[in-house]
Order: sequence, then structure tokens, then C-alpha cells
Amino acid sequence: MSTPTVEPTPDLTLDVRRLLCPLPILRAEAAIGHMSPGAILAVWATDPGLVRDLPAWCVVNGHHFLGIKSLGRELIGWVAKG
Amino acid sequence: MTAPTPPRAALGLLSGGLDSMLAVRLLQEQGLRVECVHFYTGFCIQAHTGATRNPEPGAPPPRHDALHAAQLLGIKLHMLDISAEYVRIVTAPKHGYGSHLNPCLDCKIFMVTQAWALKEQLGFDFLFTGEVLGQRPMSQRRENLPHIEREAGVEGWLLRPLCATRLKPTEPEKRGWVDRTRLMGFSGRGRKPQMALARQFGLRDYPSPAGGCCFLTDGNYSRKLQDLWQFRGERTYTMEDIVLLKAGRHLRPTPRFKLIVGRDETENFFLSGFREGRWALQAVSVPGPLVLVEGHPDEADLTLACRLTARFGQGRDTPQVAVAIQGNGRQETRLVAPLPPDEIPPAWYV
Repeated sequence: MSTPTVEPTPDLTLDVRRLLCPLPILRAEAAIGHMSPGAILAVWATDPGLVRDLPAWCVVNGHHFLGIKSLGRELIGWVAKG
Repeated sequence: MTAPTPPRAALGLLSGGLDSMLAVRLLQEQGLRVECVHFYTGFCIQAHTGATRNPEPGAPPPRHDALHAAQLLGIKLHMLDISAEYVRIVTAPKHGYGSHLNPCLDCKIFMVTQAWALKEQLGFDFLFTGEVLGQRPMSQRRENLPHIEREAGVEGWLLRPLCATRLKPTEPEKRGWVDRTRLMGFSGRGRKPQMALARQFGLRDYPSPAGGCCFLTDGNYSRKLQDLWQFRGERTYTMEDIVLLKAGRHLRPTPRFKLIVGRDETENFFLSGFREGRWALQAVSVPGPLVLVEGHPDEADLTLACRLTARFGQGRDTPQVAVAIQGNGRQETRLVAPLPPDEIPPAWYV
């Protein structure tokens, strides 16, 4: 897990806790569509798949993966819109 | 001097399995521009099961196969949520079900139709899939392949690169956009030719071909969905319904109520997010599962549910267990004797 040294300040935090893969990614895709390039989206989830899916989604869609942090059973990942 | 002609563009249906990955590679090898679409129906197997149970020691976190396939193949992936429209495909399939509640033929027609609409919207030249003739008993039978195209309204415009040489040439082949001699003629359920082609393309990281990708092809899951329809008196479902059918042990002691019993700590945590509108039961004094009760239990039913909750916890061999009940605006604790195993008829298990 690539935890960022400094936590990014998100422009939008998306609460997708309890949703199972691929819904966190689908919701993130819908949310980031309304954001400006460079804006930061935080994805707050419980699905452990986010650890692998968020970086992959960033590569596939040209966004910048900024890191992910574990908070017990919850995860928070940051993405800058590409 | 004229500008070089841009490559033809193909939109594929990507499940994330080996066949659809190979179909992408075959077209990329011919210089086509390839993007893919992946549909979320609500019944995907892999990532859900991995996310609701305790992980095996040392196992990596679950992942979404299509997303990772797209990353590996270097293509853009359009992920579309079709779960709401998909309800009518599952509840009233025109072409019926396969061996369980899998409406494979209707599903394929629906997905191809949806993919065609996206192709038109994005300006692609044609569609392709990773289907292999005769590999699956319903949607990949020789007589059904042209039927899928006809009913989806894409006749001649759906290329199947893995078995193309066994089928009539499609428009992209006739127009010279795709070299038919470089496509494959795979058929049947064997996987060796696909694995050999994967080696040739240097593809090593792909999901096990044995694993299905849809809960509706699973007998246990289909039985739970059938049970839900039967006791609700209507063939419909919500997203919450179908997610809960994937988690826990399901027991129906009477037509009035059903129990969903968490099987490990991760599943208990997962189920705890679905308390609203249900009764939630859990042993107080000893470790045990979180149990959700759905339906309209009466007082005796709730006591039985408490006894079952005690049965599945670590207090099962003690004379009495305190079980907390929450739901319907009230909260209480009942002291109950765990139900002996011989008083749980196998027929209660859904």
C-alpha cells in the first residue's frame, strides 16, 4: 500500500463505504467527471479491492494516483484528475 | 501529400478473462485502435466474494479483473453500470434460463445492444467479443451466435477474433479493415489453444479459466434468489437484495422470516451495514456471528432466531446465551438455550 507522506487535501470526498467492487470505482468515475483537471478526489471505502483497483483505474483513465491509507477496516485513496 | 489514414477503431466487450484479453491482442496486433467496455450487472463473482470474507493469510487484496486486464493491455476501459436495466433480463428472460437462473442468451443480446449504442456514441467502426464457438452451452452455440447479432441489430458488425475463421466473414473483414487470415478458429471447451496464444503474446497474469464470472450460473446463489422471489411473492429484486444473497449462511425456518448468519469477522462487519429495515441479533457474552433477520417474525420466531444465533456462536455448548436484539425501534436482550444441531432441519438451509 502506497501511503502518501503528506495527505492530499481533497476537493471532493466520496463516501463509498459498504459498496463492493466495482461500485467504488464506478462512483469515482461518475464523480471525477464533474471535476476540473488537477482537482483531487478522495475515495473513502471499505472494499479492500480499492488498494489494487484505484491505481489501475488511474492508469487506464489517465488520472494521477496520489496514494492510499488504511484506517482499520476503512481505506482512503486520493486521485488527481488527469 | 495526404495525411495518413487513422487506424480503424474497434470496441470490445471485456470481461477480464483470458478470451477477451486475447481478442484485444489479436486486433492490436493488426494495428487497430482498441477500447473496451465492461458491464456491471450486480452479479459479478470474483471481487465481491473476496471482499466480504476474511482474506486467506498472505493473499493479495481482491481486484477487478477487467480493470487490470485493461491496464495490462494498455487500453481505455469504459465501465458501465447496467444493473437497473438488467433486472428485467434476470426476472423475465425472453429466451429462458440456463441450468440455473442464468439468462445467458438474453444477457449477451442485451450487452451487445448496449455496446453498440456506446460504439455509435464514441464513433467506433465495429464491435468485437472474445467468444469462442461452442465454449458455453447457451450463448456460444453455433446456432445462437448469428441470433445474438440479429436480435441486437448488429448483423455483420460483431467480430469474434478467436473463432472468426469458423464463421461467416464480417463487414470489417470484407472491407479489409481486419485480416481474416490472422484471426483464429478456436472452438469447444478446451483451453489449450488459448493458453498457447497467451504465451505467444506474453500474457501471464490472467484469471483462472475455470472460474465463472456470474453468480447466476451458481446453483447455490440461484436457489437463494428463487427463495427470495417465492417468499416475497414477486419476481423482482433490489441491489441490496442481490448483494445480501452473496453473503452469509441463509436459513429460512418458516415462511415468515429468513436469517442471514455471518461466517467470519469480515462478513459480520459487512452485514452490519445492512441492519436498517431488518432485525440484528448477536450474542452478548460470547463471540458469535452477526445475524440479520428479514421478513415479519413474531415473538416466537424471534426467540427461535436468538437460539439459532447462539447455536452459531462460541456459546453453542453452554446452557444459555444472552443474545441482543435490535430492530423495529426496539432493543432488548434475551437469554436463550442454543438450538441443538439435530433441531435444525437441513431444509432450513436455503
